[in-house]
Formats: sequence, structure tokens, C-alpha cells
Amino acid sequence: MAFSSLFLLLIAIGALFYFAGKRRVDHARAAGQTFHSLPNYHGLWTGLLALVPATLVLLVWSIVDIQLFQHWVRDFYPAEVLAAGGSQEVVALAKVENLVAGVRFGEPEAWLVQASDAWMTWSSTSTWLKSLFVIGLALGCGLFSYRQISPNFRARNGVERIIAGALIVASTIAILTTLGIVVSVLFETIRFFKLVPPTEFIFGTEWNPQFEGAERAGSGGGTAVYGMLPMFVGTFLISTVALVVAVPVGLASAIYLAEYAKPKTRATIKPLLEILAGVPTVVYGFFAALTVAPMIKNIGEALGLTVASESALAAGLVMGVMIIPFISSLADDVINSVPQSLRDAAYGLGSTKSEATRQVVLPAALPGIVAAIILAVSRAVGETMIVVMAAGLAANLSFNPLDAVTTVTSQIVTILVGDQEFESAKTLSAFALSTMLIILTLGLNFFALQIVKKYREQYD
Amino acid sequence: MTDNAFKGLSPQEATARVQASLKLRKAKESRFRLMGASAIGLALLFLVVLFGGILHKGVPGLFQYYVTLDVELNQERLDPKGDLSVESLYSGDADALILEAALRSIGEEGGRKTKRALRKMYSSGSGIRLIEYVQANPDQLGTTQSIKFAVDDDIDSFMRGFIQRETPEEDRRIDNYTISIVDRWQEAGLISYHLSDYLFFGSASRDAEMAGIKGALIGSLTTLFICISIAFPLGVAAAVYLEELAPKNRFTEIIEININNLAAVPSVVFGIMGLAIFIVAFGMPRSIPLVGGIVLALMTLPTIIISSRAAIRAVPPSIRDAALGIGASKMQTIFHHVLPLALPGMLTGTIIGMAQALGETAPLLMIGMVAFIVDIPEGFMDPATVLPVQIFMWADFAERMFIQKTSAAIIILLAFLIIMNAAAIMLRKKLERRW
Repeated sequence: MAFSSLFLLLIAIGALFYFAGKRRVDHARAAGQTFHSLPNYHGLWTGLLALVPATLVLLVWSIVDIQLFQHWVRDFYPAEVLAAGGSQEVVALAKVENLVAGVRFGEPEAWLVQASDAWMTWSSTSTWLKSLFVIGLALGCGLFSYRQISPNFRARNGVERIIAGALIVASTIAILTTLGIVVSVLFETIRFFKLVPPTEFIFGTEWNPQFEGAERAGSGGGTAVYGMLPMFVGTFLISTVALVVAVPVGLASAIYLAEYAKPKTRATIKPLLEILAGVPTVVYGFFAALTVAPMIKNIGEALGLTVASESALAAGLVMGVMIIPFISSLADDVINSVPQSLRDAAYGLGSTKSEATRQVVLPAALPGIVAAIILAVSRAVGETMIVVMAAGLAANLSFNPLDAVTTVTSQIVTILVGDQEFESAKTLSAFALSTMLIILTLGLNFFALQIVKKYREQYD
Repeated sequence: MTDNAFKGLSPQEATARVQASLKLRKAKESRFRLMGASAIGLALLFLVVLFGGILHKGVPGLFQYYVTLDVELNQERLDPKGDLSVESLYSGDADALILEAALRSIGEEGGRKTKRALRKMYSSGSGIRLIEYVQANPDQLGTTQSIKFAVDDDIDSFMRGFIQRETPEEDRRIDNYTISIVDRWQEAGLISYHLSDYLFFGSASRDAEMAGIKGALIGSLTTLFICISIAFPLGVAAAVYLEELAPKNRFTEIIEININNLAAVPSVVFGIMGLAIFIVAFGMPRSIPLVGGIVLALMTLPTIIISSRAAIRAVPPSIRDAALGIGASKMQTIFHHVLPLALPGMLTGTIIGMAQALGETAPLLMIGMVAFIVDIPEGFMDPATVLPVQIFMWADFAERMFIQKTSAAIIILLAFLIIMNAAAIMLRKKLERRW
């Protein structure tokens, strides 16, 4: 029986036990017995006990048996495949799995037929055993808990323990995700550093991953160069342009909204600004590539400058527009949290509104504003689609915003989109870049939090 | 300004000095204010330029030019086996019937040159369109019907004026002869311009005039379905645990740090995780909504957890105390009293998270949802693409008409996002309670 139908069957069994348990208590209560828990909880306890252990076994079994088959099937591989190892085994496994799934390319080799026959035998045996065991387990646990029902049985407490357990599991997903991210980039990065020394990667000023023939592990004498500096300089350049746009506009908007705007104006303008943050990045990318970049090129050429058609300036300007609301709403919150008494004191000494804002409110809000700007930087560094669509792929080590540059994220996307060979240094380099990207963004985040923590004034 | 500035001055002199500086300070004040207002004006100007640009290009993209041809629905030639089966219809002669209709429309027998020119003037998918028409209206077989076909994308661009008649013939994508046929069609009133059904009901295509978003839209919806069915229960459960049950210890602290960090991780990194874990390690297929939905769910989870926690925190303690006071257990208090009251806030956060997921492109590129997929996806395991990725792919195509189609697709995507955000705002307004 397939996984999904077996699972549905388990749910049906669970539901059956739920109703059976509830009915039993209902009847007993009608007959005058008093129970510790409500009928609903007895039903839930019986149902959950039937469902949960069996489902867990089903899950584990379904994951483990395929792994086992993949291990066993290696006995059938020809000696030369086993000797070659690595990718050869992966190919052999794929062939077997294709044959099992009924996909045939021409006449399969003898060992393949044997292997797939054996696989199918194992698979059907495993499925039978699994179905029997899991259904038996569900019925057994269900019956056991059904017999547990008695006036003194604390069903509610049991159910609540199960629910609490489920809630804890749900909240560990965040840890698992973080772990998943770390594991998925870390191992590949280590493998990459075995091919390309870390110092060369981190301090290299040239990036040219295109030559597949130049694997370090192989013949040597190739020309692939993996130095990450051009990308980080490109990222830095584009982020700087973005901040030059976003910080003044965002900060001035926040000041106006917090200090000058009437509540009604504020209530209309704030959501309008936030629309800018809700526009998908692919739309910004399209806009940057199609409208802004040609415009900048035309203006630049009218002024007699050489402008690349995919200039850092275009991508940076559009990215700046995207992060305006990010800065303005964070800064707005910070400015609003400066206590009114500070302003009143400044007004009392005769200062105008702008003097109070510039000399009292802003210094008090500064740590928060700096943190907001750092968070915006981290956002700009991680932004992908705008740079993929508008910044191009030329890995120039340049600080001129009119040149074409590339960024970390756009290189990652370019390398990993489409089919890749999983063993090549080129593919692995994307994982190394991701590691650097994660370190950079999390570092910035951590830095921002530290600033807030360290310099926050306690006014109350 | 130090105290010394006023030392030894009479009150009149001091007042005069303050008066003199007052004008300057007032000017400074209004300059400062103007600066803030103009910053907001600038930001709103960006918004107007962005939306104006997209609408300007995209609204015409919702429409396209059609040519009406009187096609003879000849039963034997369209449906040689006579059973209306797919095989029979596709082995039929639909293309030739359309060509004949096109020849009749300009009143010519047609030499080779004419035929060749005509074939390039209507969409190359017209045969399939005719077959679908016959499948929908089998009773019309044997009659002659006026059917609208999309004109080729170059003709469309010519009608819109992107290809100029004045351009020398050798620099133009269409030749003089083709233009003369277009003129004849126009005189006969055969060319019309209306809402594009190809855009809404067509699937991915390299031919700009046939390309549509149906497949991508369905892909987006299935992906979002997976995403919401994972992220909402998990997010709410995690929020309940952290707000109501979690003891203050190291474990809880680690969870909270992780949630905040995940919110800061660039979206493309989630895609890399999806690629490395679900596709490479677990061996799931590429390009499927299931993996896309899981990745987007993990990405939106922090948003949902954070907003759900805020919603739970907003429920006043008196509610909990009242429930506990009349003998409810902790769980009963949470599930019967706190959660129903916090639900609107949680739903608002979830909708905003889903809007974020709907617009997300980069992580889905990583897990291969960028493939060129013509078939409409029918399940969670079918290869699919999503709307933003479709936009990304179309943006790369060179044909002029794809710019309009891309902008039109953007308008549709933005419309969805605006509806979702408006729903979130309405929900908050309607169900929000002040305690």
C-alpha cells in the first residue's frame, strides 16, 4: 500500500477510536458515572494513541527502507562501477530506480534487470510488512487505550501532554531550519576549500569560474580562478549606491512623519510608503533593467561619460528605492520611542521644532537609527533579483558606479540555476559564496543588535 | 550659544540680538520641514513612477491584436478518423484550413510567396487553437465559422507602431509585402484589438503572441497552498508555545535567537538549503510545487511566528485569569479563549507572509522552478513554475512583445498582492478589538 493511502487509513482508524472512546464515556456518564475528564478528552486520547505511534513508525520505516535498498543494491553493481565509485554509483542507482519505476531506455543490461527485480521484491515485501505492522500497531495501541478508559483515568492530562509535545516540536523547526542551512552550505564549502585554498578564495582579486576543464583535482594548469573580492566589492558598491538613496530619503521621511505630520497624514502616507516594500523584487529588477539602466546610460552618454549598459548605479538606485520604507519605518519607530519629555524640555528652553529634533531627539535616537541602517545594509547585501536582472555578470574589481559589476547573490544564482555537476569546483564555489553571504548578513544583524543593546538609553 | 554671548548687554540689546537671530532660525526651521516633506514627496514620486511605468507598459499588454478568419470546418480534413479524438484531430489538416482561410481573406489564390508571408502573419499556434475550437464546438463541423486568431508578434508590434512603416524595408522585421496584406486586412475590418485570452489561458511559450500565465498562476497557487498549510499550523504552534508555555531557559532563548536570525537570512539562502537538503539529500524531484512550498514555508515562518506572538501578547491577561479562575486547564485556556481572540492578528500576519511568498523569486530559482514548462501543472509533484519566475524568464526574451506581456503579468501579480494586503488590512480593521 502506498504511503499516502496507508496514512489515510491510519487517520480513519484514529477517528474510529476517537468516536468509540467518546461514545463509551458518553454512555457511562448517561448511566450516572462521573469521570475525571470530559468525554471529548477520552475520545481524543484513544484516537491519538491509535494514530501517533503508528504514524511515526510509518514515517521512519518509509525513510529507512529506501536507504537500506540503496545499500543492498550495491551488491548487484558490476565490479568496475564499484571500483570507480562516486558519480558512477550515483548513475547506476539512477538506472536501477528508473527501471523499477518502469522507465526503460533500450535494452537494460543483465545486472540491471537482476538488481531491479531484487529491488521490487524487497520493496513489495517491505510494503507488506510495513502495512501489517503499522495497522497492527494502530489497532493495538487503540485497543489498549480504549481499555484504559475508566472514571479515574486522567485522559485530559494525557492529551494535553501530547499537545504540549507537538507545540515544542513545532517551535524547534526554527532550530532545525538554521541547522539545515548551516549543514547544507558548510560541507560543500569545506569540500570547496579542499580544491581551492581559503586564502586564495578570500583574498583573490580575480573571479573566473567558467573553465570546467581546470579542476584543481584534475590535470592542473587550468585557468579557473576563484577569488571572491570582485563580488564583494560589487556588492559593496551597489549597496553603497542604494544607501546613498535610501538613507537620506528614508530618514528625512521618518523625521517628518514622526515630528511634523498630522496623525491623519501619517495614517495615509505610511501605508503608501510601505507599498514600496511590498513590491516583489522581480518587479524592481524588471524596472531597473528596462527603464532605469537605459535612462542612466543615455544621460551619462549625453554628459560624455562611458556608462556600462548594466551599471551598478542603476541596480543600486532601484535597490535604494526598495529599502526606503525599510529605513523610514524602523527610524520612525525609534524616533517615536524618544520620550516626549525630552522634546518638551527643549521647547521650554526656546528651541524651534527643528532645533529640538536635530539637537535632542536625533542624538537620543541615534543608536536605533544606526541599527536600522545596518539592517538595511544587510537587506541590500542579500537582495538577489534586482542584481540578477540589472547588474550583469562581469566580475570587475571596480569602485566606479558607472561600470558593470557583479554581486555575491547574482553569482550564486547564475552558478546554481539549471543543471550543474555536483562535484565541480564551480558548483561548490556557490556554496562557499553562500557561506560568506550568511556570515556577512548575520554578522551585520548581530552588530545592529549589539549597538541597540549597548547604547540604548533607559528613559523611564 | 554660550551664556557669554549675552554678558554685559542691556536687556534691550539682548532682545534685539535674539530678534535678529530669530528670522534665521525660522528660515532654518522651514527649510528643515521642507526637507522632510520633499523626502516623502520623492519617495511617493518613486512609487508613482514605478507603478506608472508598469501600468503604461502593462495595460496594453493585457490586450492584443487578432485577425478574424472565416475557416471552413471541413469534417474530413479536420477529423480524419471521425471520432473527435485528440489523435485524430492532431493528425488532421487544421493548419492548411487556416492558411486557406487566410488566402480567401485577401482574395488570392496564392503563390508560394503569398503563402509563406501569410503563414508568418498569424500565430504559429493557430492550428491548436482551431483544434480546441472544434473540441469545444463539435456541432459546428461542416460549417464555415469566423474565428479569431492572434496575429504574429511582429505584426502586433507593427500595429502598435513599434515597427515603423517609414523604416527602410531591409531594417524592418517585416517586409513591404506583409505590410500590404496587413493593410488589406485592416480595410476589410478583419483586425481587432481586445483583451488577450492567450495571456490568461495560455501557457508558457517562446512565441510572444501565444504566451500566457495560466500555468504559472496555477503553479503559484499550488505552491502557496503547500506553503500555507505548512507555515500556518507550525507558526501558530510555535508562537503559542513560546508565548504561553515556554519556561525562561536556555532552550527557549536559543529558539528565539534562531527565529530572529532566520528573519534576517537572505531569501536566496533558503533556496540553497532547499536544493542541498530536499533535492540532493532527500532525492525529491526538481521544479515541483511541493519543494517550493516547503522552502517558502520555512522562509515565511519567522514572519508568521513573530506576528502571531504579537497577537497572542495583545490578548489581555484578564481573559486568561478569568478562564483559569473558573477551572479551565492551561490548554483549555489557550485553545478555548486566547487563540480565538488572537486569530485575526495571526491571520493578518499569515496573509502578509503569504504575500511575501507569492512575490518571492530567488529561492525558487535555486530549486529549479525556472524550467520551461508548457504543461499546466496538475498536482504538487508536477513540474511547475510560478508567476514571479515566469516574469523573470519573460524579461529575458528579446521580442518586443514580451516586454508588454511581462508588464501585463506584473500587473496581475501586483493585483494579487494588493488584494491580499487589502484583505489583511480589512481583517485587522474589522476584527481588531481594543481592550
